Amino acid sequence: MVETKVSKSQTKSTSQLEKPPSLMRGLMLSKITSWVLFILLSVLAVVQLLPLVWLFFFSLKNNQEVFNLSPLAFPTEPKWENYVTVWTQGNINTYFFNSVWITAASVLLTVFVASFVTFAITRMKWKWNKLVLGLFMVAMMIPIHSTLIPLFSFYTTIGIMNHPLALIITYSAFNLPITIMILLGFYYTLPREVEEAAIMDGCSVHRLFFTIILPMTKPVLATTAIINMIYNWNEYVFVNTFISSDRFKTLTVGIQNFIGQYSTDWGAIGATLMISIIPILLAFFVLSNRIVEGITSGSVKG
Amino acid sequence: MLYDFKKKGEHEMDKVMSDKKVILLYVLPALILIMTIVYVPIILTGYYGLLKWDGIGEKTFIGLDNYSKLLTDSMFWKSTYHSFLLAAFSVISLGAYLLVSVILSGKIKGSNLFRKIYLVPMLLSSVAIAQLWMKVYHPTNGVMNRFLLSIGVENPPLWLADTSIVLYAIFLPIIWQYAGFYILIYYAALKNIPESLVEAARIDGASPWQIAYKIKVPLIAGVIKVTIVLAVVGSLKYFDLIYIMTDGGPNGASEVMASYMYKQAFRMNDFGYGSAVGFFLLLIALTVTWLIRKLTATKEEVQY
Repeated sequence: MVETKVSKSQTKSTSQLEKPPSLMRGLMLSKITSWVLFILLSVLAVVQLLPLVWLFFFSLKNNQEVFNLSPLAFPTEPKWENYVTVWTQGNINTYFFNSVWITAASVLLTVFVASFVTFAITRMKWKWNKLVLGLFMVAMMIPIHSTLIPLFSFYTTIGIMNHPLALIITYSAFNLPITIMILLGFYYTLPREVEEAAIMDGCSVHRLFFTIILPMTKPVLATTAIINMIYNWNEYVFVNTFISSDRFKTLTVGIQNFIGQYSTDWGAIGATLMISIIPILLAFFVLSNRIVEGITSGSVKG
Repeated sequence: MLYDFKKKGEHEMDKVMSDKKVILLYVLPALILIMTIVYVPIILTGYYGLLKWDGIGEKTFIGLDNYSKLLTDSMFWKSTYHSFLLAAFSVISLGAYLLVSVILSGKIKGSNLFRKIYLVPMLLSSVAIAQLWMKVYHPTNGVMNRFLLSIGVENPPLWLADTSIVLYAIFLPIIWQYAGFYILIYYAALKNIPESLVEAARIDGASPWQIAYKIKVPLIAGVIKVTIVLAVVGSLKYFDLIYIMTDGGPNGASEVMASYMYKQAFRMNDFGYGSAVGFFLLLIALTVTWLIRKLTATKEEVQY
């Protein structure tokens, strides 16, 4: 009895109430359980990362090494030239820069337009604001394939088929709902006193929005920008449908075509895939907290 | 005096912030975008379904011909079945994600790092994932079959060429891709539960599993509903990996609704029939969303 008491008090002082107050045996058991769970989570982490590690390794090999070495053996002489070759010969550089500027332009357009409408919905007084918000939220459930044919014919009619503009406006429209959703939570928490003071001072709504509200939302703007960036960078169906000339293709469709032509050269394929995912991985490395925040705030509050 | 001043201020504020012209100016750009790119097209899809049209030439009105053809098109129903099968798999895997998240939200070392690692596949483009997994499944040089051969399995399957397993072979990377997304959402929701509630149950002598099963999971029921809708609708409209890895093949064994629609329109140039398929896809997605919401509706929201 006394022993139990002692061990109990010790447990409390060492683990700071984190573990349920239990007997020695229970404690041992929970320690084993927590190790088992930790190993389980680690295995899952390996499963999630292993294909990418394998990709990185075979991007540095030639076919002979891919076929003969063990899949997870680092090549003896890494073939970094695979990267140089595909960058210059496979048109990958053009695709890469197209991806960069089309992504950037779409992100800018989306974030601005979404900020305007979120400001009007959350801060201004009008009858239809809930209805308009609902319109954007329902749009999230709409399959893009149900819009493809009309968009195809619309863009052909107005002459922006096979032009980056078709991508930029399509990306912006389809990313508005998620962007508004992320902005919404932040806008609701902005204190009303700020606006009141500004308006009392005779500030116009435009000045209020551009010089006071917009700068205040900088942190959440960064979150929406990075989420938008990931979506646009990775987008495939619209590019595949709207863009036919190599000059305007982005990385996703570009590398798909490239791989179609060089389907037997594993090293080249690995290198192109690595080039297409490195910017995203870098962004994740630097901004992982923002990405996590964007993904959770975009769906948990739904 | 002060009261008057405040009242006047509020009045002024109301006047400025309800200026119709300004509101219109702020709402219109987004509204025009979403209307022209999303809402008008889905209505047009329904209309185009009534036409015989190759996408370039004359449009001929043929009434409900495309829609009645759809009802008896066994390939369409097969692809619909595949889409629902994917939806079922996605929902089942939600259970596993929930379990992982419950473990993760306990006092586990490195939980922040874990959830970020899990998220990595979600950030990659479907082209990269598809190409990578095509290599994983490569009959002779892919890691999958090399592993199977090394542990003594003779004649490992031709994953993407075998009509009986190709669909499941594609489900695997899809589930791999989205695991981190759902784990992240559940984790965030679980972390939102006030520590005091969990502590109270603990003092009452509840075991960690009882706490998870009887307290934590019911408290995030709202989030679970949202993820079910996301997983089901996401599955029903799923396209990318299937289109890139197998193009619905071999012999339609991995065809889903979206890939079937794409094939009809942009490969067969039958824009009328493709539109009908696209419109059905829309109806199914919206109906299922509505149905799930209705079936899981509860009168009161969980309060804590």
